[in-house]
Amino acid sequence: MFLEQLLNGITLGSTYALIALGYTMVYGIIQLINFAHGEIYMIGAFVGLFLVAVGANIFLALLGAMLFCMLLGMIIERVAYRPLRGKSTRLSALISAIGVSIFLSTLMALLAQTNTRSYPEVISNRTFHLGSLELSVLQISILAVAAILMIGLHLMIQHTRLGKAMRASSQDLDASYLMGINVNRIISATFAIGSALAAAGGVMVGVYYHAVWPYMGMMAGLKAFAAAILGGIGSIPGAMVGGITLGVLEIMGVAYISPSYKDAIAFGILIIVLLIRPQGLFGRKIVKKV
Amino acid sequence: MDAFLMQYIDPYFLRILVLIGINIILALGLNITTGVTGQLSMGHAGFMSLGAYTSAILSLQFSAPFWAALLCGALVAAFFGFLIGIPTLRLEGDYLAMVTIGFAEIVRVFFLNFEPGGKAVGLSGIPQNTTFGIVLLLVIIVIFFNARLLKSRLGRSMYAIRENEIAAEACGVNITRIKVLAFTIGASLGGLGGALYAHYMFFIRPQDFAFMQSIELLNMVILGGMGSIPGTILGAVILTIAPELLRIVAEYRLLFYGALLVLLMIFRPNGLLGDVRIYDLRKRWINKEVNV
Repeated sequence: MFLEQLLNGITLGSTYALIALGYTMVYGIIQLINFAHGEIYMIGAFVGLFLVAVGANIFLALLGAMLFCMLLGMIIERVAYRPLRGKSTRLSALISAIGVSIFLSTLMALLAQTNTRSYPEVISNRTFHLGSLELSVLQISILAVAAILMIGLHLMIQHTRLGKAMRASSQDLDASYLMGINVNRIISATFAIGSALAAAGGVMVGVYYHAVWPYMGMMAGLKAFAAAILGGIGSIPGAMVGGITLGVLEIMGVAYISPSYKDAIAFGILIIVLLIRPQGLFGRKIVKKV
Repeated sequence: MDAFLMQYIDPYFLRILVLIGINIILALGLNITTGVTGQLSMGHAGFMSLGAYTSAILSLQFSAPFWAALLCGALVAAFFGFLIGIPTLRLEGDYLAMVTIGFAEIVRVFFLNFEPGGKAVGLSGIPQNTTFGIVLLLVIIVIFFNARLLKSRLGRSMYAIRENEIAAEACGVNITRIKVLAFTIGASLGGLGGALYAHYMFFIRPQDFAFMQSIELLNMVILGGMGSIPGTILGAVILTIAPELLRIVAEYRLLFYGALLVLLMIFRPNGLLGDVRIYDLRKRWINKEVNV
């Protein structure tokens, strides 16, 4: 029972982690809480559903949703954030992000009606036993896709030219610019990669819970933001660990404390963790300099 | 006064005026915490919710007089503001924002499961004691009190913390005390606004005070211009009227609202009246007269 709950928690947590990665990467470079990120996850889920409905294979649908959201993320950055960069406070950019978020969720509600759409069963829900543990093909597929994406991201960040440029930009945007890095392109690429990961998360949540609706982005975005903060915002391994921790805590809270306090438990623990470790689990302590 | 006004003003407009007043009180509270002191709070609806429920329960179960219900609503919210203010001493920026979001969500889930609060159904039949006259009076008092506060030593210390915490501390500002005070004062106005809201709406539910409500209040403060009283008032007025005006586009309302936020931020990145203070405006006005 406990192991199964743990596995459920890790599955849910891995989708939180995928969304949290986008938050943390964008934050790491331009210190913006991209509130529209939850909506990108929602749109990813809908695009995936659409592709499955027209008969695409689930993996093709996943890829299609990721590509679509990549483009969407770049457009949003170009239209709503770039004009503000450098001439406004962080908070104006935040309001702009909230505006985009309201715009996208309303747009989707108009296009797809507000009621819940159900995902067809694209991956069999067959279960098999591993000792006393009950595993389903669905859960394993989700965990595998999440793991592949995260490892891919890690390799990209650590070993490619683009990844190197991203790390440099997150350390010091101005200095990177002086070193000849095209900062605008790097920011654009960051949005593209983060959005693609969120779309993957959206499709997987859709497949896992068999349901998507236009307002699913808000709560998921909030949870993923919490995960990114928990891990220490700006830290990529932090987002992964934070997401999985939050997922496990939430499922455990539902199973052992009370389902009606689900959201409160996750946020309560988050607050306690932050009080003990103000910089999050993996965040670096920033020394304030005058 | 309301009966008198009703003869001349359409009840629909009177209702919008009352809501503008309540939003001004709520937004001015958040302005003290976020606009003036610079501590990003994204959970102001949590304080509003505490004020609304406290006052509503007092009115319904103990048939407390209206002023007592308002006062208790504000006090309970202030107490929680004090509690939330304490972590600010260790947390910064977005970590603090997360704690305030978490706090508001916990309050919401608490009321969803709170028996005397009617759980998810909420409370109804709250006496409709909030009138236009009372709101107008309270708005004037709150604006006056705010203007005095921001000019005082305390207010200046708050601005100093927003501008540069280390420099403020070096100048002898007691950061701990000021930050906690900023949260307490902001929360008490949130509670007052919530109590007025409950006694106007007649009916409250936990989801009335969800995350979106906090965001809406934050929009008012930032849109108007951080730390400015006229700016915050303008923000509250615009963002209360905008959804009503946008009713002509019916279901596309929120679409336009979202786009409006983005456009306003692109063209006025520092808010409509960033850091304009009543005090400075008056000075400018007087100078102009002298020059002419």
